[in-house]
Amino acid sequence: MHPAPSVIIFSSLSGAGFGLLVFLGLMPDPPRGWVAFVFFALAYALAVGGLLSATFHLKNKKNAWKAYREWRSSWLSREMWAAIAALLVMAAYAAALVFLDLHLAPLGWIGALLSLAVVFTTSMIYAQLRTVPRWNQRATPALFLTAALAGGALLAGRPVLSLILLVALGILQAVHWTRGDRRFAEVGSTLNTATRLPGMVRQFERPQTGENYLTREMVYQVGRKHAATLRVIAIALMAVIPAILMALYLVTDGAGLHHAMAGVAVLSHLIGVLVSRWLFFAEAEHVVGLYYGAHAGVARAA
Amino acid sequence: MTTLPAPPKVKLGLVIDLDTCVGCHACVTACKGWNTQNYGAPLSDRDAYGEAEGTFLNRVHSYTMQPGSGPAQTVHMPKSCLHCDDAPCVTVCPTGASYKRAEDGIVLVNEDACMGCGLCAWACPYGAREVDELAGVMKKCTLCVDRIYNETLPEIDRQPACVRTCPAGARHYGDLNDPASAVSQLVAARGGVDLMPEQGTKPVNQYLPPRPRDTLGADEDILASFLAPVYEETGAEEATGFLGWLDRALEKV
Repeated sequence: MHPAPSVIIFSSLSGAGFGLLVFLGLMPDPPRGWVAFVFFALAYALAVGGLLSATFHLKNKKNAWKAYREWRSSWLSREMWAAIAALLVMAAYAAALVFLDLHLAPLGWIGALLSLAVVFTTSMIYAQLRTVPRWNQRATPALFLTAALAGGALLAGRPVLSLILLVALGILQAVHWTRGDRRFAEVGSTLNTATRLPGMVRQFERPQTGENYLTREMVYQVGRKHAATLRVIAIALMAVIPAILMALYLVTDGAGLHHAMAGVAVLSHLIGVLVSRWLFFAEAEHVVGLYYGAHAGVARAA
Repeated sequence: MTTLPAPPKVKLGLVIDLDTCVGCHACVTACKGWNTQNYGAPLSDRDAYGEAEGTFLNRVHSYTMQPGSGPAQTVHMPKSCLHCDDAPCVTVCPTGASYKRAEDGIVLVNEDACMGCGLCAWACPYGAREVDELAGVMKKCTLCVDRIYNETLPEIDRQPACVRTCPAGARHYGDLNDPASAVSQLVAARGGVDLMPEQGTKPVNQYLPPRPRDTLGADEDILASFLAPVYEETGAEEATGFLGWLDRALEKV
């Protein structure tokens, strides 16, 4: 699948933003006043910035508001509802903390739940697609939720929870990759099932001499040759390095440059998530590629 | 509404004969012509003298096939929307732009509601949907809904443009839910199949597989019967004259 920068930035940044909102909503003793303002501003900047970035990939933005309609069947519509609800509820919760020095705990819990719902609905947009076997697995929502929570814990300054979530994230990411590598063959789509022709079938000619929307959007193959290297980079930056920093922080009992260390951990984590999300798209094989002579190797593997 | 309607009583669709299709792309051209000049945003072409690219609702792929036995074959495969019973492109749409008609099962896009997110194209295993880059909305086969019910057209033209134009008679249109219809009988007689059944989309359109090619028995010599009278006329099976001498001379060397 074509790794559109707008969508990658959206899912990485807004994931971390909503993850931070989850922690701000659940904290028994959240920050107040100016400190709360800084935390919520950061969370909103990430969450809303991500959402705005996502609208850049719409080809007809003037109809975007109509996405409220089909929540009964569409995960994308549900995502929009969840995002609006989460942002409104957390805005009220944040306003009470910042301006009234008032902790409306139940409102925070509801906001946290809605923030989790945003990340879950985002992940289901991908996980529901049978046409992209690599995404169509249970580990996809688990991976998105854990990534959001790990980012949120780091941003909220929760070293113990961060460490646990980062380790879980690393493991889930590895599971998602190894399961994902087998999914295409498991689904069983090949050029034989695509054409229903028997024997050895090969592409003779494409329907057109140039590219088309389908080949650019769904038969994207550039960059896969570096996939193995990028996987190592992604998991190192996203999980291993921040986890080591958190462990160091805990072992040294918070002595030394803990703010700088947390900053490095957050930055490393976010860059790692971006690389991981780029791979999430670039490595994903859409079954329509079979009609265009692609994915023969993946279809036969396993 | 992007939830799917109850199973329609009429399921209009196409039957495409892979045995007969010669890969002339006339259906592609007819489709583009009708659908550029009629319903909805036109199907744009871009950079015609450079990296030419355009929007099409129907494309013809070509494959080579080597069956287990018999000679290799080239197969031309026209592909457009299969108007699936269980259309995943419909349920994923957030705005309600993508829908399946309850009365005849045709899957359509309401362009006034489409935001161009492309999720329906991702959900389709067949590559039947393309965003038009100039109009910014999703385009797909309408089964020429503006022809088949169009009473201002002569009756013979009230069928999809691709079917009307096909010079090989490789495309057929009708109600696939009615077992008595010509298309249903054709599917039954020729063993019509679903594309990618493992994707669970239950397509309405059916594909008729190519018939096996004629084969020759091992003892059959296709030229023998034609050569026999020649031998009779010349009275010899071996060459005579200078060529005969040359043949014998070379054999001795």
